[in-house]
Amino acid sequence: MSVLLDHLPEFWEGLVVTLQLTAASFAGAAVLGLVVTSMRVSPVAVLRGIGTAYVETFQNLPLLVLLVLAVFGLPEIGIKADLLVTAVVVIAVYEAAYIAEALRSGVNAVSAGQGEAARALGLTFGQSLRHVVLPQALRTVIQPLGNVFIALTMNTSLAAAVGVVDLTAAANRVNLIEAQPIPIFVGAGLAYALVAACVGLVTGRLERRLVTAG
Amino acid sequence: MIQIQALNKWFGDHHVLHDVDLEVAQGEVLVVIGPSGSGKSTLCRCLNRLESASSGTIRIDGVPVPEEGRELARLRADVGMVFQSFNLFQHKTVLENVVLAPMKVRGVGRAEAERTARELLERVGIAEQAGKLPARLSGGQQQRAAIARALAMRPKVMLFDEPTSALDPEMVGEVLDVMAGLAADGMTMVVVTHEMGFARRAADRVVFMDGGRIVETGRPDTFFEAPRTDRARDFLAKVLTH
Repeated sequence: MSVLLDHLPEFWEGLVVTLQLTAASFAGAAVLGLVVTSMRVSPVAVLRGIGTAYVETFQNLPLLVLLVLAVFGLPEIGIKADLLVTAVVVIAVYEAAYIAEALRSGVNAVSAGQGEAARALGLTFGQSLRHVVLPQALRTVIQPLGNVFIALTMNTSLAAAVGVVDLTAAANRVNLIEAQPIPIFVGAGLAYALVAACVGLVTGRLERRLVTAG
Repeated sequence: MIQIQALNKWFGDHHVLHDVDLEVAQGEVLVVIGPSGSGKSTLCRCLNRLESASSGTIRIDGVPVPEEGRELARLRADVGMVFQSFNLFQHKTVLENVVLAPMKVRGVGRAEAERTARELLERVGIAEQAGKLPARLSGGQQQRAAIARALAMRPKVMLFDEPTSALDPEMVGEVLDVMAGLAADGMTMVVVTHEMGFARRAADRVVFMDGGRIVETGRPDTFFEAPRTDRARDFLAKVLTH
């Protein structure tokens, strides 16, 4: 236990990086996922194709492969960016596929009549999606989105493998000095669990509030 | 106001509409009746292109109904539609349902849109329900709200796709009364319905469809008293005996 307290500053810095990775990549993934979902339900066949290809591609590739490819491959072709930024972008692009799938299931849960009524009133496809379909779809997918968020939080630990000093990397570094893997990694694990529990709590509340709001 | 020429519609191998020709004049109330599966709802949905025609042309106010896109949205803004299952936006109050399209499509300001919406809700008799979510309303109230929502766009034509079929019997009258009021005010209407009483009372012309074809058209009094075709006679015998 004391080994954790002795290295509190390192753990703290790692946790902050993990939280930054999580928040920034989730925000990016949410925006991108929304775009991909819109494409997948669009009346334009080409856009639907692109959306489907996006989801199929990124759901079928391991995140670690993408991270390694981006961090070590992109500089080869002249694209250089900050390591943390690269990690955020890669995680966002990857998780967007999962967010898009969750959102699409929500869109499918909204009855077709809602979109028809919106379009019959003269709303364009984009307007009917934005004002009528997506707000209703979101209510049904709060919990699945929370699950994606939690999975994303855990997946940020893969960034440690390409040199981002997040919570996992910090724990690893401390362990190299102290050689007490059990308390160190159990402690890091608990910190991840705490973040996940907070996310679960927030989504639970959000869901209850939206459901009672009608 | 509406001109349909040689309209055909297939769902896969199923030929739902056969060479339908029909004209609806300005201010005319056209009631479409016929057995289930006769294509009358599909015909109605083709008019604002919720279903796309397989062949043939539809003109509304002289303009051919456009393909997908902004042009189509503009046409739909002028064609009101009322659905069997109401399709009120479940996450919005009645008032928000009515003001959404005028504000987003016509660019009307909120204050003006709400004033118009309240007038329309008053007209259909549910002014006091304005702040409620659709789920809290009875079916009849929901359908009247849906009519108000369509009217808020000041449409040139109103389409009714079996507007009372999903209602409990005691609520049918209140919806039909609103529709009869609209008809009396000179609205151009196409009404797909099983309500023969409404057809008799409010229609200028009745169209009888069967098997995807228009079998007979006529004034309601002559159609109901003396149908010319056997199929129409059979149909009326079945629906009017109970």
